[in-house]
Amino acid sequence: MSDHDYQPTSKLGKWFNDRLPLLTLSNHLSEYPTPKNLNYWWTFGGILTFCLIAQIVTGIALAMHYIADSDLAFASVEHIMRDVNYGWLIRYVHANGASMFFLAVYIHIFRALYYGSYKSPREVIWIIGMIIYLLMMMTAFMGYVLPWGQMSFWGATVITNLFSAVPFVGEGIVSWLWGGFAVDNPTLTRFYALHYLLPFLILGLVVLHIWALHVPGNNNPIGIDIKKPSKDTVPFHPYIVIKDGFALLMFIIVFAFFVFYSPNILGHADNYIEANPMVTPAHIVPEWYLLPFYAILRSVPDKLFGVIAMFASIFVLVILPWLDTSKIRSAVFRPLYRQFYWILFIDVLILGYMGAMPAEGLYLLVARVATAYYFIHFLIIMPILGRKEKTIPLPLSITEPIIGGSPDLANIIKKKSLN
Amino acid sequence: MKKIITITYLIFLLSIGGYQVKAAEKTDLLKIDWSFKGLFGKFDRGSLQRGYQVYSEVCAGCHSMKYLSYRNLSEKGGPEFSFEQAKAIAASFEVTDGPNADGEMFARAGKLSDKFIMPYENERAAQAANGGAYPPDMSVLAKARSGGADYLYSILLGYEAPPSGTILDEGVYYNKYMYGNNIKMAKPLEDGLVEYSDGTTASEEQMAKDVVTFLMWAAEPHLESRHQMGFKVIVYLIILTILVYFSMKKIWSRIESEV
Repeated sequence: MSDHDYQPTSKLGKWFNDRLPLLTLSNHLSEYPTPKNLNYWWTFGGILTFCLIAQIVTGIALAMHYIADSDLAFASVEHIMRDVNYGWLIRYVHANGASMFFLAVYIHIFRALYYGSYKSPREVIWIIGMIIYLLMMMTAFMGYVLPWGQMSFWGATVITNLFSAVPFVGEGIVSWLWGGFAVDNPTLTRFYALHYLLPFLILGLVVLHIWALHVPGNNNPIGIDIKKPSKDTVPFHPYIVIKDGFALLMFIIVFAFFVFYSPNILGHADNYIEANPMVTPAHIVPEWYLLPFYAILRSVPDKLFGVIAMFASIFVLVILPWLDTSKIRSAVFRPLYRQFYWILFIDVLILGYMGAMPAEGLYLLVARVATAYYFIHFLIIMPILGRKEKTIPLPLSITEPIIGGSPDLANIIKKKSLN
Repeated sequence: MKKIITITYLIFLLSIGGYQVKAAEKTDLLKIDWSFKGLFGKFDRGSLQRGYQVYSEVCAGCHSMKYLSYRNLSEKGGPEFSFEQAKAIAASFEVTDGPNADGEMFARAGKLSDKFIMPYENERAAQAANGGAYPPDMSVLAKARSGGADYLYSILLGYEAPPSGTILDEGVYYNKYMYGNNIKMAKPLEDGLVEYSDGTTASEEQMAKDVVTFLMWAAEPHLESRHQMGFKVIVYLIILTILVYFSMKKIWSRIESEV
């Protein structure tokens, strides 16, 4: 990288840059050599940055009108929806924004799984990403509590009660979380404070995530190391900026459809009923993005082990760089892994579906099998597969296979491996 | 690549669909063509005004609507009563205000800025008067039940004689669409129960349709401007996306020609 050679052209720029090298940083960001074969699955990093900023901006506007008090919270949300100028728009963008944020983060994570972006030398990027993901789930959960509807209240009750499974001190932890003996006003006010705080922690971690990314540079669809800068790379600006921008616009169109035409489809009707500790809803269901974990939690008969399984399901992701023993990054060159990848993908969708169903009968059985498979994939299949799998030979550079003829990379490689 | 995107998107939509279906009732709800559905969905102004009449003459005896104010009745996108009409409606209610300079509460005529007055002092009083069941506040009711407008419409028309052998407690009625089929609200609508000032025949279906339209507006007062703005936003975004697409092609053509 040519960061150190950069010199601002103007005298003032040079004077400032010698004291605080912001111009060097911005030069680094715009010159940043990026593999030129990145596909659209790589645009979700930029999309996620947009989601985070959109959530923070709309969130701050909402915080100006929202009142964190168990008697007033529900009414203050209605005040936002009815009387605040464009309050309905701000709130619907924020509420649907959470769903869009998770949609994007799941695509981002599954992209990393497919192309092996978590492998050396990118383990730290991956782990920071997982911490961001955990914080996102906490933030989203606490945000869902704030409107103080029935699902807010009972969701909070169910999730905080999980900690009562901790041996000996469980009950103590739960009443410490609640700030009392039930979910009540102290719970609401602390959730509000944390819901405001955590996004800024996420923002800080995103900076680290990108910083860690800029050390080795981007992975790419064929997963090989590339020389930078070279014929295989393009400067981030304008090539990647415009491509990310295009993808972001497509994403925002989908987002806009939700906001303007079905703003409540991703939520639960019960959350428009004000919280009532005396009435339990027929089904307590978390938001869709937490459903796979909810399914894992409920598929274990013992409460404590259910909670452990739920946390373990994220922890196996954190240690994935060491569970996956294959040196080949991209699934393009791993024919067997590619199949297991799609099985895992379907497995997670099944888990999500089962999380929305009552935990009984066939649903429970399927959820248990899917939970077991989830762990088998990471703890057994990944370590063994890396050692046993016969992979397809890697090309030497990104440009090489394209010069060879057809731009359809996978086909060429298949042909090569057959010969 | 496009195939994968399409498949993923379909799976995503299906999973949302599945998630929603789960909550749906066993009995298929009655469905009618609501004017407020769809990209350009708008409220039928006449229906909203009649709906308010049904609400105030039939429902308001038990059901509060505490997040609405009388001023809302004349606001754009709502029933759009004239300013004078809304003022007269507000003035027809007696509001307790105070305390005045002597520390006394006093009654006065309602003003546009007042919230809809509540039929009962509090939730407990409402329960006591209704056999223990609280008649839910109707401000957001249309969003607070899965099935939304269709569900409310179905409930209003779902009263029928219980199947033989069913024993209902006193003060409990049989409703085809109610969860568990037992409802504590007596059949609220009968043909000709209200006399519409615009001459529309007040059939049971007509009243149900009008009052549900009114409830939908009450729950989502900015629905019309949301639909209008959404259309503009999406058209704008599509045009911008096309322009950005061609810019992208142009910029990337520099690279692709080099290789």
